[in-house]
Amino acid sequence: MTKSQRDIIIFTAFGLAVMITPLLLRGNYLLNVFVFIGINTMLAVALNLLLGFAGQISLGHAAFFGLGAYISGILTTRYAFDPWMAMVAAALCVGVIAFIIGFPILKLKGHYLAMATLGFGIIVYIIFNETVDWTGGPSGMSGIPNLSLGPIIFDSYMTNYYLIWVFTLLTMLLSVNLANSRIGRALRAIHDSEVAARVMGVNVRLLKVQIFTVSALISALAGSLYAHTMTFIAPASFGFNFSVELVTMVIIGGLGSIYGSFLGAAILTLLPEFLRVFHDFDIVIYGLLLIVMTIFMPGGLIGGFEALAAAINRRKEA
Amino acid sequence: MENSDQIIQYLLSGLSNGSIYALIGFGFAIIYNATGIINFAQGEFVMLGGMLTIFFLNVFRLPLITAIALAVGVSTAIGIVFERLAIRPLKNASPLSLVIITIGASILIRGAAMLVWGKDTHALPPFSGNDPLYLMGATMLPQNLWIFALTAVIIIASKLFFHYTIFGKAMRACAFNSQAASLVGISVKTMVLLSFMISSAIGSLAGIIIAPLTMTSYDMGIMLGLKGFCAAIIGGMSSGLGTVIGGLLLGILESLGAGLISSGYKDAIAFIILLIILFLRPEGVFGKKETERV
Repeated sequence: MTKSQRDIIIFTAFGLAVMITPLLLRGNYLLNVFVFIGINTMLAVALNLLLGFAGQISLGHAAFFGLGAYISGILTTRYAFDPWMAMVAAALCVGVIAFIIGFPILKLKGHYLAMATLGFGIIVYIIFNETVDWTGGPSGMSGIPNLSLGPIIFDSYMTNYYLIWVFTLLTMLLSVNLANSRIGRALRAIHDSEVAARVMGVNVRLLKVQIFTVSALISALAGSLYAHTMTFIAPASFGFNFSVELVTMVIIGGLGSIYGSFLGAAILTLLPEFLRVFHDFDIVIYGLLLIVMTIFMPGGLIGGFEALAAAINRRKEA
Repeated sequence: MENSDQIIQYLLSGLSNGSIYALIGFGFAIIYNATGIINFAQGEFVMLGGMLTIFFLNVFRLPLITAIALAVGVSTAIGIVFERLAIRPLKNASPLSLVIITIGASILIRGAAMLVWGKDTHALPPFSGNDPLYLMGATMLPQNLWIFALTAVIIIASKLFFHYTIFGKAMRACAFNSQAASLVGISVKTMVLLSFMISSAIGSLAGIIIAPLTMTSYDMGIMLGLKGFCAAIIGGMSSGLGTVIGGLLLGILESLGAGLISSGYKDAIAFIILLIILFLRPEGVFGKKETERV
């Protein structure tokens, strides 16, 4: 069995599991949690393209998510755009923005890149709060219309679940394919050594900007979906903390692992639900998780599983 | 109030905030020079300084000066623990892991502060009364004078430390070339630890002297930390005059921008400056251009 055949089997199994899950879930509460897992998975997979594949950090991805949500919200509530059209417009807008700022931002490396993306994220967050006439300011924006497809209106937990997960699965499929493509290999080369990649004929600068743009575009799409399913958005969902949470999801799951991003997103979405008893403890636990995982499990959970499986195999052979 | 008076008022408050940014920027630069790490948790030590002082003052009813000394001591101790538990175990770590670890630490410290002290904002009483002083038509609080004086003292003291003491010289040697420094018998590990101690001490002091002016809360460290970083970037990551000028410049631009343009965008100004500098001159306005080593 070749690697790509194995990838197809794993993806199909995962997709089937996702499609069956709502039939097994009891109650709207859990269904709603799984809608959030879907949105977060989409965001984490998008960030993973940049962080895990190309090795470029972004501490401002919540801004792209927010821009998608707000552009969708403003176009539909003020200019009577069709929600699907608004979604396309939002994704294109954010893609263009990311492409333009990508060139100067991705020239920076390491800590400086982290700070620049962080700065960008905070500027956008401040704009969400201050342009009250457009965004409703800190108190948010409501009355965003639901998406609909023919007779189906995506306004219930069940319909939202399938809507979100179709997009999430498509994002994952795109990433799996990208990982196995020439571009995926070029990105991993950049991750390991930019100079070596350049010597091998990879247009490092352009490729970094392109993957940044794709990642931002998918995040904007997730933002639009979020706006149209929740029908209410406020700046608090798109701040620095959420950017860090996204990075945490990718790290916990494992850099460069697509199913790892899903795992990370699922854990970080479920954790606050379980920790509700401990109220406010979640932020402390995120911090601890980040430190402990980086020191002891740099490959994330997926990397940890693989190491464990390898160890068991060795023991079997011995 | 006349327009020119107002400008002087903005300049004064800008200089006072700018001094704080400069101090925080110093903390960034000291750790960066010793280790090459940008410590994202720097702002949390600023928060710890203010919160711990209020804690010792209100709960143990200690005199102000004792409370301050204890707060700086505890912050420094936390800095030591942070270095030992989170930084030292990571040998040859990539910048990415280091960014993530210091972010993790900052979240952890902030979260712990929230659990201990709650989400309320707290006020530290001014060091010497609240009677305003008048200067060229602008008003100034005695606390502003404290800020200017203490910032000057800290900066001069660190200058003396880095240039005239054996530890200071050793730290500079490490910053210049840590391998060569270790060859002449300098313990690089100790110097890294020392850099974390000094920068958490300076950070907490900055938090203490600003606390009477701006209320303190568990989440004040993020913004102050980032602005301190901005000051250090303008200064080219030097722990010298560049960062001081960077901090003051940032403070003044921010306060003029907030006063003359819009107060809502006050925080955005710092980050726009940060981005412009990173895009145009990543080595800082006062830094020397360096070639990258592969």
